[in-house]
This record gives sequence, structure tokens and C-alpha cells, in this order.
Amino acid sequence: MINPMTKKPNKNKVEQGTNEEAPAIHVAPSPHISDSVFTTRKMMVDVLIALLPLVFMSIYIFEFYAVKQLVICLASCLGAEALFVKIRHKSFTLTDFSAVVTAIILALSLPGTAPWYVGVIASVVAISIGKIIFGGLGMNIFNPAMVGRAFVMISFASVMGAAAYTDAGAVVDAITQATPMDAFKQTGVTGSISHLFWGLTNGSLGETSAIAALIGGLYLCIRRTASWEIPAGIFTAVFLIAGAADVSGAFSGHLVLHHLFGGALLFGAFFIATDPVTSPLTSKGKFIFGIGTGLFIMLFRLFSGYPEGVMFAVLLMNAVTPLINRWTIPRPLGEV
Amino acid sequence: MADQPTATERFIQGILPENPVYRQLLGLCPTLAVTNGMKPALTMAAAVAFVLICANIVTSLIRNLLKPHLRIVIFTLTIATFVTIADRFLAAYLYQMSKTLGPYIPLIIVNCLIICRCEVCASKQSVFTAASDGVGQALGFGLALLSIAAVREILGTGMFFGYRVLPSVWPDWVIMMLPPGAFLTLGLLLGAVNWIEIRRSRQSGGS
Repeated sequence: MINPMTKKPNKNKVEQGTNEEAPAIHVAPSPHISDSVFTTRKMMVDVLIALLPLVFMSIYIFEFYAVKQLVICLASCLGAEALFVKIRHKSFTLTDFSAVVTAIILALSLPGTAPWYVGVIASVVAISIGKIIFGGLGMNIFNPAMVGRAFVMISFASVMGAAAYTDAGAVVDAITQATPMDAFKQTGVTGSISHLFWGLTNGSLGETSAIAALIGGLYLCIRRTASWEIPAGIFTAVFLIAGAADVSGAFSGHLVLHHLFGGALLFGAFFIATDPVTSPLTSKGKFIFGIGTGLFIMLFRLFSGYPEGVMFAVLLMNAVTPLINRWTIPRPLGEV
Repeated sequence: MADQPTATERFIQGILPENPVYRQLLGLCPTLAVTNGMKPALTMAAAVAFVLICANIVTSLIRNLLKPHLRIVIFTLTIATFVTIADRFLAAYLYQMSKTLGPYIPLIIVNCLIICRCEVCASKQSVFTAASDGVGQALGFGLALLSIAAVREILGTGMFFGYRVLPSVWPDWVIMMLPPGAFLTLGLLLGAVNWIEIRRSRQSGGS
């Protein structure tokens, strides 16, 4: 999402103001850009704006289920952030909105039917084990929201698994049907493409509407808050693999669209995989990261027991991000 | 030898100041593998205690016969003898537990904690010191295993030693029963122990 070169001076500036032991003269690598456009807070506000269509769609489709998860995750994430930052004696970081972004992404990745403690535990794990334990924002290896979600996903399979998304007695229509990804896993039937596109299906709160994710994601890419290389890499990989599966299974194009618009693919590609802290720095590296994420997503969707694989794919690629960074160090001009 | 710690010091050091798991980071394989319940953890701690104390005593008895270049082999053979006894004993009297622990009882042979104690203490000091060192370290190891198992079993199943301690509405944290739970618990408890240690040394340094 942002250039590391431009992020460093700002981060140092923030620390300088709060850290009493900061040296009198601060030496930072160039370029010394102090443009306020690139502050963490501005970026996070951009992400929040981009998330708005998803939030609206989730509230429109899932009504109070979505509101409940959003409120729970926001309250727990902000509470956890304040608490753990205090424990670590770091400066107050709630105002950079990164915890708000983590909370909303986490809430949108949960099923609406999940009980309250799922959101609370996922939020606390996301902020504490996902972020603060590594030293706070900018130091974490894994995407905090996905760490929190993986924790509850493995812990509470009965309320987070594919079957738990469906509640036949729910007053909200969407929840009474199986998720399109699970339906495909069980019966091999692809979802209705127009329903997937507008989002009138069951699923995690923020993942159902392809159009909302596209609007928000394009906004992020145009604003350069998210790097376009990562979603591009993911779509390339998914398109190729789903295309191969489509051709071999005679789905006449439905399967490709099902995989592109269904599940958390668009949401994950634009909002989760593009986390600047846990994705590579160079554009080549970002593209490799995207391709790898897409490959893992399709591997999980087609061959694993899980109907969806965006979360595990992103976490796995987070783990190899330092390696990709080492591979793709730009060669300075003139070096032999 | 004058500079070697006494039996009492050895005993006390093993429990907390030089706790095998939390301070020396030794024997982590069983620490991670068998701590998903109190019962397997207690059995493992008892088996390690038996092997450690016996191996320490025997090594100490033969310490004057040891040849430097062969000592590790002798340690391993001594340890293997007692591990075999422990393994067969469990298979005979606690068959189900023996099945649960699987390969981890034979693997005590390569538990570096025991070789470490043979090398550091038993091959240099008297039988009584070696025995009290063995008891101290075994207690420290048991303490570490049981503390991790307590966290994992309570959060993972809501039970303690198989008895329900949390209300039945408690949602089981399945992840705590799986390997990631072991790593998370060990890491967090290690952090807690380090934090306590830092506070203690600060307090003693300040006064």
C-alpha cells in the first residue's frame, strides 16, 4: 500500500515526539519526505472509506447479524489495543485507526451467525498475538485480522465451519441457504453469477458482494493505498487455475466466474492481502506474492476439506514475504 | 570440588532459578507434545523424574571410571536402561496411558535435559548431590509441564484432570489441544517467567 521509504521517516518522526530517549539529531535514510499524505492514519482512513461499500452491503444483506459482529469486533479490538499498548508502555496508538481497520476486516470475515465470544476472542488474539507481541504496527509478520480469524476458525469449528453459516430458522433470508462455496464443495454446483456479483448470497459478512469489494478495491488501487500488483497476481492465478478446471469440467465459463466472484476472493485480494506490513516491498515481489496467494486459494478450494482458502493462503504467503523481499531486492543502477 | 554448588543449591536451582524448561529451554519436545492434558503431562513428568534421578545416581557412582571421549555413550546407555524400565512399566500397568504417550516415552532417551544433568552435575559430583540435583530438576520439569498442561486442558476442554472446572457452556478452544496451542502457551508462559525474573532482579538490584 505504501512505499517503505516514505513510511520510515514518518514513523521515526512519531517516535521522536514520544520517546524520551530519542537522540538529539535523528539520522534516517533518505528520501526525507514529510508529506502528510503518507501517514499511517491517512492510509487507514482511506482503507476505511474503501470498506464502506462492504459494510453497507453486509448490513443490507445480514441486517442485525452484521451490526452485532461489527460492534463486538470494534469494541474488543479497540479495548485490546488500548490494553496491550499500555502493558508494553508504548505510545497511544488508537488514533492511527489501524485497530479500527483490523476490527472491521475481522468482523466482515466472520459468519453473521457466530456467537459473541468468537468476535471477542478473535479480536483479542488479532491485536495481542497478531500484532502487539511482535512490537506493534509495522513489525508484525502475519496479517493481524487473519491471525485472529485462524485462531477462532480452528478453535470453534462448530460455529465457524461451513455448516455453521447456515441457519434455517434465521429471519434474514441469506442465512437460510448454504454458502455458494460450500454448495460447490458439497454438490459441485456453481452459484448464480448475478447473485454472487450483487451479493445476495450467504457467506462471511463482507465477502458476499463482489460489486462492493470491486468498488472499494478499485478506490484503494487508484489512491495507491493498496498496490494493484497483489490483486492482479491473485486474479491471474485464480483465473488460470479455475479456467483450467472449468475447461476440463465443461462448466462453460461458470466456474471461473464462480471462483472470481464467490467467497472471499475479491475481499481478500483487495483488503487482506494488500496489508502493506505483511506483503513484499517491491512491485515484482508483490506480483509474486499475489500469484502465490492465488495458487494457494485455488489449491484449498479445489483439493482441501475447506470450501474457502483465502485466510490460510494469505497467512502462508505472509510467512514467505521476507524470502520474497530478499529475492526481489532491486539491483542498483550500474552494479555488475 | 570447592566451586561446585552444594546439594541444597542444586536442588533449589532446579525448581525455578534454573528451571529446565523455562530457564534452560531443554526437553521441549515432550513439553510441546504431551501437555494437552494433565494426566499425560503428569505421567511424562513422573517418567522423566524416575529416569533423571536414577541416571544421575548411576552416573555419579561410575564418575571416576568415565573416559572423557566415551562419556556421552555411557550417559546414553545408562539413560536408555532406565527409559526401557519406565516404558515397560507403563506398558504393563498403565496400558492406555502408554498408548497415549506413544513414542514420547522411548524418546526420553534423547531428552537433552537428562544428558545435560549427567554432564553438568552427576559426572562431577557426589552421589547425594547428583540425586538432589535430579530431584530438583525433575520437580522443575514437572512444574513446567503441569503449568502448560493446566492452561491447555482448562482452555481446551474446560476440564482439569478430567473433572469439569468450567461451566458446560464453555466453548472448547480446540486450538489449545492442537500443536499451535502448545507453542502459544509455552511462548506466553516463557514471557511471563522472564517478566517475573526481570522484575525480581530489578527489585533485588534496587534494594
